[in-house]
Amino acid sequence: MGLLAASIVVLLEATTGDIPGQPYYYVWRQLAYGVVGLVLMLAVSRIDYSRLREYRNAIYLGMIGSIVAVFAIGSAARGSRRWIELPFFNFQPSELGKLLLVVALAGFVVDRIRQLHERQTTVKVTLLGLGPATLVVAQPDLGTGLVYLAITGAVLFVAGTRWSHLAALAAVGVSAAVFALVVAPAVGVEVLKPYQRDRLTAFLHPTADPREEGYQVNQSLTAIGAGGKTGRGSEATQTKLNFLPEHHTDFIFAVVGEVFGFVGAALVLSLYALLIWRALRVVTLAKNLFGALLAAGVTAMLMFQVFVNVGMTIGLAPITGVPLPLLSYGGSSVIVTLLALGLLQSIHARSRELSLAKAVA
Amino acid sequence: MYLETDRRPGLTPQLAVRIAVLGFVALVGFAVIFFRLWYLQVLSGDRYLQEANNNRVREIRVQAPRGEILDRNGRVLVANRPSLALEVTPDKLPRDRARRQEVFRRLGRILGVSPRRIERSVERQFKAMPFAAATVRQDVSLPVVAYVLEHQDRLPGVTVERVFLRSYPYREIGAHLFGTVGEVTAEQLRQDRYRGVAMGDRVGQSGIEYEYDRFLRGRNGANRVQVDARGRFKGELSVRRPIQGRNLRLSIDLDVQRAGQAALASGTGRGAFVVMDVRTGEVIALGSQPSFDPSIFAKIVRASDYRRLTDPLNGAPLLNRAIQSGYPTGSTFKVVTAAAALETGLITPGSVIYDPGSITISGITFRNAGGKAHGAVDVRRALTVSSDVFFYRLGADLNARGTQLQRWAHALGFGRRTGIDLPGEWEGLVPSPAWRNRLFKRRLTDRPWTVGDNVNLAVGQGDLRADPVQLAVAYAAIANGGRVVVPRIGLRVEDASGRPIQSLQAPPARSVRMSQVTRQAILDGLRGATSAPGGTATPVFQGFPIPVAGKTGTAEKGAGRADQSWFVGLAPYPAIRYVVVVTDEAGGFGAETAAPMARRILAALFDVRNDRAPSGSAPD
Repeated sequence: MGLLAASIVVLLEATTGDIPGQPYYYVWRQLAYGVVGLVLMLAVSRIDYSRLREYRNAIYLGMIGSIVAVFAIGSAARGSRRWIELPFFNFQPSELGKLLLVVALAGFVVDRIRQLHERQTTVKVTLLGLGPATLVVAQPDLGTGLVYLAITGAVLFVAGTRWSHLAALAAVGVSAAVFALVVAPAVGVEVLKPYQRDRLTAFLHPTADPREEGYQVNQSLTAIGAGGKTGRGSEATQTKLNFLPEHHTDFIFAVVGEVFGFVGAALVLSLYALLIWRALRVVTLAKNLFGALLAAGVTAMLMFQVFVNVGMTIGLAPITGVPLPLLSYGGSSVIVTLLALGLLQSIHARSRELSLAKAVA
Repeated sequence: MYLETDRRPGLTPQLAVRIAVLGFVALVGFAVIFFRLWYLQVLSGDRYLQEANNNRVREIRVQAPRGEILDRNGRVLVANRPSLALEVTPDKLPRDRARRQEVFRRLGRILGVSPRRIERSVERQFKAMPFAAATVRQDVSLPVVAYVLEHQDRLPGVTVERVFLRSYPYREIGAHLFGTVGEVTAEQLRQDRYRGVAMGDRVGQSGIEYEYDRFLRGRNGANRVQVDARGRFKGELSVRRPIQGRNLRLSIDLDVQRAGQAALASGTGRGAFVVMDVRTGEVIALGSQPSFDPSIFAKIVRASDYRRLTDPLNGAPLLNRAIQSGYPTGSTFKVVTAAAALETGLITPGSVIYDPGSITISGITFRNAGGKAHGAVDVRRALTVSSDVFFYRLGADLNARGTQLQRWAHALGFGRRTGIDLPGEWEGLVPSPAWRNRLFKRRLTDRPWTVGDNVNLAVGQGDLRADPVQLAVAYAAIANGGRVVVPRIGLRVEDASGRPIQSLQAPPARSVRMSQVTRQAILDGLRGATSAPGGTATPVFQGFPIPVAGKTGTAEKGAGRADQSWFVGLAPYPAIRYVVVVTDEAGGFGAETAAPMARRILAALFDVRNDRAPSGSAPD
């Protein structure tokens, strides 16, 4: 709730006047998404998450289907197809897909709880995650694709996959990254589009090309740095004068940094820390492995998005289009994050029921 | 139903470890972010704050209008008119060649010029001044400006600037005085006189504009504006208004200037004139024919225009013949010879020489112009009737006494710059034995100095080169008792309401010691030339209400070429205030063309209405 409120406040600062004639366009819409999300969250928290396990195959197929559907009927923006246009907002299946993937993977893993140590299982789970991730990257939406991989990794990790398997996966991942970023371009094979590659590596040397790929990082750093200890309030020129691109979505944290300074940024960070700490607690409290894995997947999703998003605004991580949970403007993202939190609550609630039942017994 | 199988009542140690790892990762992640934020915001916040401010502030220079140039009665000779110019700013142009050419293509379509031409011109300007904006087109129409401003996104680097262009209400009148204004060059910026001028500023490049640039040039204003990421205007931060340059009042009288220009144009169309106050050096009018419309130079000059204006076959209109020409002066030089002879004691005002029409010196026979015999003449009469023989004799005798004639010519201002407040003045030439012998030694001439050279010089022929302003200064010195004035066109610097701020008058450069007797003898002779029977210009000035003294001159230009006509007038006589010098390059006898022109100018000067100058024909 705190984060949602923060989102509204920050968006108020960030986007007022972005669209002439409708000063509060983004604010109102975000508020609407928040309300919808909260309702859904409450609904989800009431249902028994364990039932979801039964539908895991359908969920998985549904997820793949909706992502594929984007290619067919999705609308394009800035060179990528990520959205399906609905009457009130543009639905982004890959966002919902994150949550669906968590459920599907958790279900799959729990089904094979006895074969968890087998290499085959590890590979299968990895491939299950890799499939939709590849599709999303092809949209192209590299950032969300990476979230899928993070979720897959986290589920495997918490499920108890052998360390050696994890190490092998990590090794494969690193070599794949090296291949995509260094080797492939050198031999002329285009795994990633050049701009994607540039964006991924730009944060390492932002001043090398201040006009192009380094621009966003530089502007973001300037915005955050200029915020100083207590922020610039309405003097936040980087934000208000649009020097900072995407300031209402991917770079919203830079707005926090500029407008509210170190104090504000630290406060927002603490809220996330609190959220993740609570999420981790839900993992430990889950009444069964399915719940623990669900909670772990959601936690990983939140962690990854927070770290990558905040990291990119402060020049520590590559620029990938990952929204900051709840803070970034965007219907799909807000609603899905709230759904995920609803799921966490459901897990938490069932665990309490269980311990309550135990206590009664 | 499979609740039993996946039941996990307690936390397995393995799971606990892994969750702990996850938690640790989160902790490290938050710690890193936290410290990075601390570093960015608390430790280096100031630096980024400064960067953010640089990001949003652009300084837009507002060009200051130059001061106006007025004539002595306050009529505006050079004014300003605001104009909109399309400029291309180098660092805002797309760096990508294809996209840059796209901009030029669009500009070409808007302006109706080939994109190649625009690109070439812009590149040439960038090469000359790498960081200044290049002007694509001056004086663009409002619809074009509106279109460009509305399509800034598609025309990156193209800006509209309000500039002030010089306007010249009297067009060709006085064109040679004003000079031109142009962007300061990199070379000029290194000079002291351009201190405070910035790249891209427009400064005077010639004429009065150059000479008095530091007064005329104002101080540019600067508007600090806030812009967004695309450079779009978001609000004004501070405004420093431009300060218009000081007005400059010239000693020029527009009516006299106009009369002079018209008089010259009525002759062969090539010549020059100057009207000067003999006491102060104030130039009342100064002009050269053919003239040109200076507004050509208010914008970027087209190469074809420039060729036309410098083409000798066309009379080279840009040449200011009043200060840059260098002609033999003909008989008008005789006053110098007379002064030298009288002052060195070679003759007295009463000395008489018999003039039979010709004289033989060192085996060469020199003849009077027209072969006329004037009989026994003294210096007064010799000036009045323009006896060549009299001055030939003096030339020969002065040669025997060394370089007295040259010394006097030099003292009166020949062969040196007068110091007039116009750039580009030529010093002219007074031939001397040393000069010719040096040329001879270098094999640049076929013979050393002979007495014949001095004889020729004595009547203003041969190698003598002088321009009208030098003659005006020399005659002024004789008229005012020996003060060699520095001619001045600038009268004073004024503020916008006409209050004088600084006077521009220069003290006389030096004085020539000349006895009253000498002076009077010469002036008597000059007065005779316009009033006594037999005076060379007497017929010309018949009926003119203002008493004038003067001297005609006819300079031989060599076989087959028409003589150059001269007249120097002093008026009113005897309380002489003004000197008028007129020359017409192919006008023939001085009395024929130059003297009537001088009469027209004097008529304007003294406001003589309905004066009709009879055309004279007497040879000098």
